[in-house]
Amino acid sequence: MASDSTAASQTTRPTRRLPLQWVGIAPFAAFALLFLILPTMKIVIGAFQTPDGSFTLENIQGLFTPSILAAYWISIKISLSSALLGCLIGFGMATAVVLGGLPPWIRGPLLTFSGVASNFAGVPLAFAFLATLGPMGLVTVFLRTQIGIDLRSLGFNLLSFWGLTLTYLFFQIPLMVLIITPAIDGLKREWKEAASILGATNLQYWRMVAFPILLPSILGTLALLFANAFGAVATAIALTGSSLNIVPILLFAQSRGDVLGNPHLGYALAFGMIVVTGVANAIYIWLRARSERWLK
Amino acid sequence: MKKFWAWGALAFGLLYFVLPLIGMTNFSLKMRRGEYSFDAYAKVLGDPQFQQTFTYSVTMALVTILFGVILVVPTAYWVRLRLPGLRPYIEFVTLLPLVIPAIVIVFGYIRLYNTSSWLPLTGSLMGTNLLLMFGYATLSLPYMYRAVDTGLSSIDVRTLTEAAQSLGAGWTRILFRIILPNVLIAVLSGAFLTFAIVIGEFTMAALLNRPAFGPYMQLLGANRAYEPAALAVIAFGITWGCLGLIQLVSRFQKTTQRPA
Repeated sequence: MASDSTAASQTTRPTRRLPLQWVGIAPFAAFALLFLILPTMKIVIGAFQTPDGSFTLENIQGLFTPSILAAYWISIKISLSSALLGCLIGFGMATAVVLGGLPPWIRGPLLTFSGVASNFAGVPLAFAFLATLGPMGLVTVFLRTQIGIDLRSLGFNLLSFWGLTLTYLFFQIPLMVLIITPAIDGLKREWKEAASILGATNLQYWRMVAFPILLPSILGTLALLFANAFGAVATAIALTGSSLNIVPILLFAQSRGDVLGNPHLGYALAFGMIVVTGVANAIYIWLRARSERWLK
Repeated sequence: MKKFWAWGALAFGLLYFVLPLIGMTNFSLKMRRGEYSFDAYAKVLGDPQFQQTFTYSVTMALVTILFGVILVVPTAYWVRLRLPGLRPYIEFVTLLPLVIPAIVIVFGYIRLYNTSSWLPLTGSLMGTNLLLMFGYATLSLPYMYRAVDTGLSSIDVRTLTEAAQSLGAGWTRILFRIILPNVLIAVLSGAFLTFAIVIGEFTMAALLNRPAFGPYMQLLGANRAYEPAALAVIAFGITWGCLGLIQLVSRFQKTTQRPA
C-alpha cells in the first residue's frame, strides 16, 4: 500500500510540475501570440480569403497588376541599391578604421555615431535631407550660387529613386559599420602573416583569404539592410508625400482608407511584404550561421 | 599609401553624414530673413500641439518601458533558469519584429482588433492607446530582450536564486530585489533605446490615429518650411541623448564591476 502511494505520487509529480515551469513564460507567450503572431497569421490567412471567408487565390493574383507590380519593383530596386551601396561604403569605412592604421581613438566615436545614425530614421531624417538636398537645401543652393552647378537641371530630384536611396543610406551605412566591424576584428593576424610567408601579395591575401571568410557576413548584412529598407515607411512618406509608388506607401494608404477598392487585396499586399523580408532574413540567418564557423 | 586611402574613406563618410546635419541646423536657424535666429525653435516649442503630442509620446514611451521591463525581465530570467532549451525559440520570436515591418504588424492589428472583432481594442480611446503601447513594446522587443539577456548572462542566475530561496525569499522578492538590481544597467540601455524608438515612431501612431509626436512632425513637414528642420534638430538631439546615456551607463557598469 505504502509503496503504491509513493509510486503514485512520483508519477503525478512530474505532470504537476511541468505546467508550473511553463507558467513562467505564459505572459510572454500570450503577448507574442496576441500582438505578433496572430496579427501576422491574420494577414497570411486573409490574403487567401474572400470577404465571406472562403478560400481563394484571387487576392494573390490581384498583386500581379501592372501598378502593384511596379510598386514592388521600385521598392525592391530602392532597397537593393541602398543595401548594396550601404554595404560597400560601410565596409570601406569599417576596414579603414580597423585595418587602415588610423589612430585608435577614432573607433569609439565612430561606433557611437553609427549607433545614433542607424536609429535616426523616419520623419526627421527626411527633414534633414530636404534641408540639405531639397530645392532650397544647403548643398543645392551652394552648388548653384557658388559653383554654378544646377542639380535640378542635371536631373537630380530628392523625391525620386536616387533621392530616396541617398536618404536611406544615412541609416544603412552605419548599420553596416556596426555589424561588420566585429567580423573584421575577427580576421586573425596569423592568417595575414601565414599568407605573406607563403608569398602572397596584399591583394592575393584579400582575394583568397580575408574576403572569402568575410563574404558570408557581408552577404548576410546585405540581406538585413535590404529588409531594413524594404519596410521603411516614415522616411518615404515624409520625403515624398505619396508621390512615389512604393509598396510600404501603398499599404499605408490602403490601411488608411481602402484605396485599392478591395480590403483583401490589402492583406495580399502585406503578405507580399512578409514574403520579401522573410526571404531576405532567412538568407541572413543562414549566412550568419556559416560565417560564425570562422569568427569564433 | 594605406593610410591615405583609410583617411579618404573616413573623410568621405564623415562628409556624407555631417552635411545633412549641418544642412538641417543651418536651415532651422534661417527663419528670419537675412540673419540667423532661433525663431523656428521658438515657434515650434510654443506650439500647443507640439507640447501635447510630445507629452503624449513621452508618456507612451515611459509606459512602454515599464511594460517592457515587466514583460521581458521575468521571461528572460525564467528561460535562463528553468527552460534553457527554449532559449533559441524565444530569441527567434523576439527578433521577429525586425523581420516583419511595422506597417505590416499594425495593419494586422487594425484588422484583428477592429470594432467588430472579438477584442475590439480600437473601439475605445483607452483601448487604442493600449494597442499602440503593445505595438511599441513589440517594436522595441528585439532590443529590450537582447539587452536584458546579455545582462543576465553576466551574473550567476542560478546561484543567486538558490541563495535567495534558501534565505526564504519568494519569487517576486527574488525578481525585484535580487535579479532586477543586478541587471539594472542592461535594463536601462534597453529602456533608452525604447525611448528613442517610441518618441519618433510614425507609422503605428498614424495608422491608429493617435496624436503622437511622429505624425505631428509629418504634418508640420507637409505644411511648413523652417519648423520641420528645427524639429529634426530636436529629434536628433533626443536620439543622440538616449544613445549617449546608454554609453555612459555601460561605461559606469564596467568601472563598477572591475574591482569585484
